[in-house]
Amino acid sequence: MSAPSLDPEAQANSLRRAQVRRSLTRRNRAEARFRALGMVSALAALGFVAILFGNILSRGIPAFWQYSAVLNVTFDPAVVRVPERPVQGADQSDADYQTALLGWQRRFSMVNWNTLISRAVLDAAPAGVTADQRAVLSVIDSGARFVLRDLVLQDPSLIGQTVPVRLLASADADNWAKGKLDRSLPDERQQLSRPARDLIDAMTTQGSLQRSFAWHLFTNVDSRASPASAGLAGAFVGSLYMMLVVILASVPIGVSSAIYLEEFAPRNRFTDVIEVNINNLAAVPSIVFGLLGAAVFINLFRLPLSAPLVGGLVLTLMTLPTIIIATRSALRAVPPSLRQAALGIGASRTQMVFHHVLPVTYPGILTASILGVAQALGETAPLLLIGMNAFVANIPATPLEQSAALPVQIYLWQGNENRNFFEARTFAAIIVLLALMISLNALAIWLRGRLERKA
Amino acid sequence: MTSLLIAALVLIVLGLAYQQGAARSRALAGAGRLHSRPRYHGALVALWAAVPLLFVLALWGLVSGALEDWYIQPVVQANVASGDSLATALQRVQGLASGFGVSGQPAPWEIDAAQTLRAFQRQLQFSAIALGAILAIGGLLIARRRVSARLRARNHVEAAVRAALILCSVIAIFTTLGIVLSLLFETLRFFSFVSPAEFFFGTVWQPGYASTGSEATGGYGMVPLLVGTLMIASIAMLVAIPVGLMTAIWLTQYASRRVRTLLKPMIEILAGIPTIVYGFFALVTVGPFLSDLGDVIGLNITATSALTAGLVMGIMIIPFVSSLSDDIIRQVPSAMRDGSLGLGATKSETIRMVIFPAALPGIVGAILLAVSRAIGETMIVVLAAGNAPILRFNPFEATSSFTVTIVAALTGDSDFASPQSLVAFALGLTLFVLTLMLNIGALAVVRRYREQYE
Repeated sequence: MSAPSLDPEAQANSLRRAQVRRSLTRRNRAEARFRALGMVSALAALGFVAILFGNILSRGIPAFWQYSAVLNVTFDPAVVRVPERPVQGADQSDADYQTALLGWQRRFSMVNWNTLISRAVLDAAPAGVTADQRAVLSVIDSGARFVLRDLVLQDPSLIGQTVPVRLLASADADNWAKGKLDRSLPDERQQLSRPARDLIDAMTTQGSLQRSFAWHLFTNVDSRASPASAGLAGAFVGSLYMMLVVILASVPIGVSSAIYLEEFAPRNRFTDVIEVNINNLAAVPSIVFGLLGAAVFINLFRLPLSAPLVGGLVLTLMTLPTIIIATRSALRAVPPSLRQAALGIGASRTQMVFHHVLPVTYPGILTASILGVAQALGETAPLLLIGMNAFVANIPATPLEQSAALPVQIYLWQGNENRNFFEARTFAAIIVLLALMISLNALAIWLRGRLERKA
Repeated sequence: MTSLLIAALVLIVLGLAYQQGAARSRALAGAGRLHSRPRYHGALVALWAAVPLLFVLALWGLVSGALEDWYIQPVVQANVASGDSLATALQRVQGLASGFGVSGQPAPWEIDAAQTLRAFQRQLQFSAIALGAILAIGGLLIARRRVSARLRARNHVEAAVRAALILCSVIAIFTTLGIVLSLLFETLRFFSFVSPAEFFFGTVWQPGYASTGSEATGGYGMVPLLVGTLMIASIAMLVAIPVGLMTAIWLTQYASRRVRTLLKPMIEILAGIPTIVYGFFALVTVGPFLSDLGDVIGLNITATSALTAGLVMGIMIIPFVSSLSDDIIRQVPSAMRDGSLGLGATKSETIRMVIFPAALPGIVGAILLAVSRAIGETMIVVLAAGNAPILRFNPFEATSSFTVTIVAALTGDSDFASPQSLVAFALGLTLFVLTLMLNIGALAVVRRYREQYE
């Protein structure tokens, strides 16, 4: 007698139980798989953040330190022969005086500063190292002669004296000393001649050529002739002007617009049109705003090319929807009881908005404005279309002058032919831009926390 | 100097008018109850004085340059030698008139012209300021006389405030109008060189050099660009949709509150990074990596390719998809979820069979928005896609897109009025219409979905 045949019902039950158990195992396995998939996705997203930042930091940070040498430069009067500074005559017009002054400065540029530099380098190099002037000069940044020129321009009494001056190594020399160039390549494929390479090696082992923090990255403007001394100052000031324009234009306009739409506007076709408009503008690709700037501001109004004012205006139009939408949601979050209380004690609608509702929303508006500005700070595409990709080698004095901007500077540097040197430098510029944006965001968060606690 | 003086003038007028209005209403206050507080009376008088003044000054700022040119041009034209440029001569005269001087000895007629110009400039400036001041004082006096206990000054001021607010809101409309009109206008200019049929359906993109006013040469067919754009956007969505969606599901349904509050902002960092940074990252890191990977597995992948650009763009869009889906998933009523769990479904079954179908319309809307962003994205594609406008469907090779071609067309050396530059606007208009349709579609889907559950 066997048990299964005795009770068919129990048999069916146990079969069903086994089936359920099997299906449960399968379902639980599917559950675990699904859950793991979700976790892997989230981790992948996080991994991208980590890879991106790791890559930027590891490749950009070395560029903040550059090789340079403190050299004793003798301003030999036999080499530095320049006339006295011209004085403006009584009957001389400003334009004439400026021409004369420029001519005088040009005489300074014609002095053979390179002789002084190569003498100073050979003085500093270890005894026994010889190199011709060409090789010596290829070690020092070609902007060094302007450093010396400006020193004498500022203080002509230096002529005849010996002064210690910190001069940057050239881009090639910096690459060689940092080991970024392949040492096994034959002579004819090296960027630096053999004597120059030997000189660099001798000077680095001796310690006269050493790494120091590249402050000039923040104080110099962009330069094509002397890549080692190219800096971000011009781009920084250009971006600063643009952000000023954006803040001054987009915050008042955006907040006013949001107040009207949220607090005053009647529900009719006109306000519907405005509303749909703003929502669509928020999603228009940024490059289209650049086209608008090129067609209207540059071509129609004849505003200057690559001026921060024009860039700021284009970015203002681009940030407006962001600020309007954020301000509206801040206004919407104000409890209706506040409005009713104000109206109830006899305030007019305008008084209610400006005296009671708006002050409560300051933290929200402030945060939205800062975030909008941070977004505008990193925008590149529209600026390229209004001519800001031009090479500009001075710090703009007014928002109407030609200027670069931080993101555009990154674009320009990544396109530089000297890839070996500018790759790290571009990453360094990216670090500066990201640091600025992160501090703006941190400021927004901190301000919100602080103001909300007070309110 | 002049601008400082003018600013001072405006401030003085404002202050004086406000003080006058406020003082007068305060004097009246003794006699009976005022309708409005003194400061509203002050503000009203200030408005009456400042608005005409600012109007005159703005008008002067706008037209003075053109007026001066119109005034002095005949004088210059009569004297300038036939070979010399009129513009240079004008500039010299203007330089002399401004007091800065010119290089070299100015000709006697130049000095005379400069003196006339200077006198005219002074007259113009004086009359503008005088007219502005008269209007301001007139406005002040009129408004001051109107101050009375029954004057509804507050209502007037509030109406002015409201008008200013409306003016600000209208700027959004003007922006859209400006975009549409400028794109349309320049596109029509472009279509005078190239026929729309050739532009929209041509399969060869090879603009030849053409100087201003001459015929367009070479091919202006946008199909290769459209294919490149769509290819890159599809690769991006293939990365962003699964990762973004699964991340959103995991964060909303599985992760603990602490993990969620920690991870969500970290992933959203990706959304705040400027696109130029992604572009450079794609160019120097991802591209070479993919190319090496291709060598290992025996595929020929160029470093700048549709794959590189699409992959990195996908990473950029992940937070966009995940935070939008996050919001949408959390809007699904919890009764539906609880019901499914109560019937014995596992969590993943609930998500796949109940929550996901319910949230689908919203998620589709979010994805449409993400596609519109991917199509309009510029810097990543400029740096990482290689700019090769050739009609082909291989994602491992270099390609091009609308945005890349727009940038190339307007940053090159060609003249603004030449077809090579104007084509940027035709492409921009196509891009604008494309993204607009996607956005409107997305908003419609999202709105309908929201109504379903509210």
